[in-house]
Amino acid sequence: MKISYREALKRGLREVLINEKNSFLIGEDVGAYGGTYAVSQDFLKEFGAEKIMDAPLSEVGFTGLGIGAALGGLKPIVEIMTVNFSLLALDQIINSAAFMRYMSGGQITIPLVIRMTTGGGRQLAAQHSNSFEGWLAHIPGLKILVPATVEDARHMLRFAVNDPNPVLIFEHAMLFNIKDECDEAVKDFNPYNATVRRTGKALTLISYGGMLPKCLQAVEEIYDAKTEIEVIDLRCLRPLDEKTIFQSIAKTHHVLIVDEGWKSGSLSAEISARIMECCFSDLDFPVQRLCRKEVPMPYAKHMEEAAIPQVKDIVRKLQEMLYEV
Amino acid sequence: MDTAMQMKILKDMRRVRKMEDVCAELYTKEKIRGFLHLYIGEEAVATGVINMLSPKDNVVATYREHGHALLKGVSSKAIMAEMFGKVGGCSKGRGGSMHLYSLEHRFFGGCAIVAAGIPHAVGLAMAAQRLNEDRQTVCFFGEGAMAEGAFHEAMNMASLWHIPVLFCCENNLYAMGTALVRSQAQTDLVKKAKVYAMEAERVDGMNVFDVIEKTKMAQDYIQREKKPFFLEFQTYRFKPHSMFDPEKYRDKEEVEKWKERCPIAFLEKKMREQKILSNEQLKLMDAEIEQEMKDAVLFAEQSALEDIADLAKDVFA
Ligand SMILES: Cc1ncc(C[n+]2csc(CCOP(=O)(O)OP(=O)(O)O)c2C)c(N)n1
Repeated sequence: MKISYREALKRGLREVLINEKNSFLIGEDVGAYGGTYAVSQDFLKEFGAEKIMDAPLSEVGFTGLGIGAALGGLKPIVEIMTVNFSLLALDQIINSAAFMRYMSGGQITIPLVIRMTTGGGRQLAAQHSNSFEGWLAHIPGLKILVPATVEDARHMLRFAVNDPNPVLIFEHAMLFNIKDECDEAVKDFNPYNATVRRTGKALTLISYGGMLPKCLQAVEEIYDAKTEIEVIDLRCLRPLDEKTIFQSIAKTHHVLIVDEGWKSGSLSAEISARIMECCFSDLDFPVQRLCRKEVPMPYAKHMEEAAIPQVKDIVRKLQEMLYEV
Repeated sequence: MDTAMQMKILKDMRRVRKMEDVCAELYTKEKIRGFLHLYIGEEAVATGVINMLSPKDNVVATYREHGHALLKGVSSKAIMAEMFGKVGGCSKGRGGSMHLYSLEHRFFGGCAIVAAGIPHAVGLAMAAQRLNEDRQTVCFFGEGAMAEGAFHEAMNMASLWHIPVLFCCENNLYAMGTALVRSQAQTDLVKKAKVYAMEAERVDGMNVFDVIEKTKMAQDYIQREKKPFFLEFQTYRFKPHSMFDPEKYRDKEEVEKWKERCPIAFLEKKMREQKILSNEQLKLMDAEIEQEMKDAVLFAEQSALEDIADLAKDVFA
């Protein structure tokens, strides 16, 4: 049976709250309101106020509390309403969560999970449409997961909660209503590996999160037997699974990276650089990128659409790379 | 306080002072680098509070934490080696003066971002509460931290959720060069804490008897009411903020005046009045401390440097 990405996240969260005795969810409006994106709907009733903690508007405070609780032996799941507000908690996320283990010479373990929604596309304008996951992937000490499919949304959290390191999970706002089949008992699931969503020999299309369905749709639109495109879903932005990327390029010799973040200093730039460093001789064509336009997100629909890579942009780019050379 | 306890307190304060003196000297010799923040003048606060704790209790402190770590049980050897950047240090030389850690001693830093440790303490206390562990959680910070959002957010949550933290504000009147009156509209810090519906008391931080009395009172309250408590310790740092500070923001006379209230001299005087401290005892005590610090420096000198091959170790567990 098909379920939504939202339902998948909800099942994953519920499973963890039931199975992990010391887990708890803390964040703004996770309880009485049911979660801004309804991921924890009815959980307050089911689990009670100790496990489902409605936090005050204190991103620094409750993220820091989560770190302390993890130090003290609990398994906190901190929900930051959206990535936009995580900026207030960046000090805690970076200077404490990411660094404390290293600064302490390896004594300290922080089994902390921070979940947040990310991405644009809903006409929420500049302050509510950011994609900072690639930016946070700059930081040693953090693991960054970006579920792009219903199955990943269902199963990633369990691994994150059992990871002794701080793990950030970015749930894309445009994916909550997508529906797909979901295997409740997946085998060989490793959220830290990239995965090939579609195999091909002509070109490697690298993407993640909210851009993945757009990439798959674009490939569908131009698909023909001669131009099979390989689509890689990164799934984890840090540590980056280079092996899957490099193996694919050895076969296709063409790369397009589609990243919702801005181009300058982005994750796409990082991937491109690593490809250049490690498999330059495999390339038959310069690495290409489609990214968010370098503007704060505009509100008007047509302008917002123009700012984020769309299916038609990906199609055009792929055609350019495949046929016009 | 019985005689033995007063002796112990005196010795602890002198150990902290001596260690700081040694650090300052080693800094000028460039054995210790980076930032170095000394606690000289404020010893009664950490000594009084931490002596009321047991090994299983949690402590979160700041970058001015050498004394706190020592008093919590971290050895002077491990602390000194850390300052030297040696692998025998309590953070394997990864943290330095500002990032002393010891999980074994429940000492959770060593945090160099002003106020950032305060919410950690709230989380630690919440964890202990939920896991039914019999441990207290104490958090130290300066009055400058009381202008930071992290302080306010943490105070609110601790009070709202009845999380048993002892908040210890070491009010030494200056945040680097900025006087409290020049940076905070409400300079009555007890009043400021009470805004969060939290009980709070002012303490003479130069008088270790007062420190101990008020700490005990706060601990009793926390134990009884299962709620947090805030203590403002009025104290003074006799030395510059760090080794880089030219101290242009305060008068020499002000510093000298506060030095007359030296917490160590104060306790000595009280003990002499009670006729429980002789010159011989003091000499013996100082000889022991001298030896301890000598051993610590020797240990630090002899401790190995971490292998560069291990640079990337411990980024992840
Ligand atoms: C968030 C942050 N801002 C600024 C600094 C630089 N800084 C280090 S210590 C300090 C003063 C803090 O004063 P206070 O909290 O009163 O503690 P004290 O140093 O007096 O013990 C400042 C501004 C910092 N480390 N962290």
